[in-house]
Amino acid sequence: MYSVRLWSVRHSKGLNAFYKGFESVLVRLHPLFKAIGYERLEKPVAAFERTVKGVLFDCQMCGQCALSSTGMSCPMNCPKTLRNGPCGGVRDNGMCEVKPEMRCVWVEGFKGAEQMPGGVPAMQVVQFAVDQRLKGKSSWLKVVREKVGES
Amino acid sequence: MMPAGNAMTGESLEILPGHSSPGRLERVLRAGAFAITAELAPPDSANPADVYERAKLFDGYVDGINATDGSGANCHMSSVAVSALLANAGYSPVMQISCRDKNRIAIQGDILGAAALGVANMLCLSGDGVQAGDHPQAKPVFDLDCMSLLGIARGLREDMKFQSGRKITSAPRVFLGAAENPSGLPFEWRARRLAKKVEAGAQFIQTQYCYDMPLLRSFMQEVEALGLRDKVFILAGVGPLRSAKAADWMRTNVPGIHIPDALIKRMAGAQDQAAEGRQLCVDLIQEMHEIPGISGVHIMAYRQEDSVPEIVERSGVLKGRKPWYPGSN
Repeated sequence: MYSVRLWSVRHSKGLNAFYKGFESVLVRLHPLFKAIGYERLEKPVAAFERTVKGVLFDCQMCGQCALSSTGMSCPMNCPKTLRNGPCGGVRDNGMCEVKPEMRCVWVEGFKGAEQMPGGVPAMQVVQFAVDQRLKGKSSWLKVVREKVGES
Repeated sequence: MMPAGNAMTGESLEILPGHSSPGRLERVLRAGAFAITAELAPPDSANPADVYERAKLFDGYVDGINATDGSGANCHMSSVAVSALLANAGYSPVMQISCRDKNRIAIQGDILGAAALGVANMLCLSGDGVQAGDHPQAKPVFDLDCMSLLGIARGLREDMKFQSGRKITSAPRVFLGAAENPSGLPFEWRARRLAKKVEAGAQFIQTQYCYDMPLLRSFMQEVEALGLRDKVFILAGVGPLRSAKAADWMRTNVPGIHIPDALIKRMAGAQDQAAEGRQLCVDLIQEMHEIPGISGVHIMAYRQEDSVPEIVERSGVLKGRKPWYPGSN
């Protein structure tokens, strides 16, 4: 939801801190996930992730979450799905060029990043092009498998 | 006037070690000359003569000609074709690549193909949204963004690999550029965004129209502070305003264009507004020439392309240098 999305950016610091804790819990649960099987977990975890992040960020389930590097403003809500900063068309009032009724996700993102520890340098990291195969899949499970070196 | 064949025409400048492309634009910039590029309006036709007629307007006044890629999301002859036609005639095209209409498979193919046809400069853009143009019913692609496109183009050139990792057998020798909007929001992030583009692979920048000089100056100070001055050539965007009314329409309706009230007033007060617009453009170019870190100007004289020679001539920034053009020697 749009208003919740703006709230989330305003509370980027807290949400980021919460996520860091949540992620470390997930990483510790790796043996359990492995026992159940990541394949089997994919659907329910993705559904849960879609619900939670859908409410908080209008998450589009790109499957390769970049929220920690975008000030907690989901770049997939940019009509151009720009993952590396705003285009040159941001309106003078900070609204989107394509959707004038929406605040530019990057104008929001910069505000969010400035509140987050490490948020500003994270913004400077060039994000790779989206892997379209991951769309709809759980980013959380992907992160766990990457952290434990299983993918 | 410098003698014909002088090094500063670009044509006879050496391609030095460290140059990424065999192109004249890179040679002129690396030799430290104040470079001029201009935007060519691609024709709505299938006739190559239309391209050459438009390019000819710039003969002797520009170091590079930008071939736009469906700019403003309007359909025209493709930038690949316009660039290839220009390169074939000996011109120095800057092929614009927008991420709006093609995915990474098509774009990488275009980069190799255009380089094979002699295109030495490519400008990586995200592109305008489809809602802005004449086909709002089209599907916006945006598989890449300008940064990932820069990275992929550099990967083709430096690592000789497609994004997939598959090897190519001959690298495209291209000089890679990107756009920036010094007067775009959020102002305080624009220079940092430029740093990111340089990190991603941009070697030169052509900016959006700059009419607000204090804003441009503060942007350039930021660029300097971030240590980017020696890492990228910045060509500031300019263009003649047709009238006060047109200027006001532009700043209201074209997102990202910032025109200060004082300039609109100056235009409105003139008897011949179009002439005042050209004079203003000359003044801006002269001012840009004095700003440290600005390596040239990029003239976007939309529907006033024939005014480019006069504007460049009167600005005096070529200092007698005559950029090479087909048939000049």
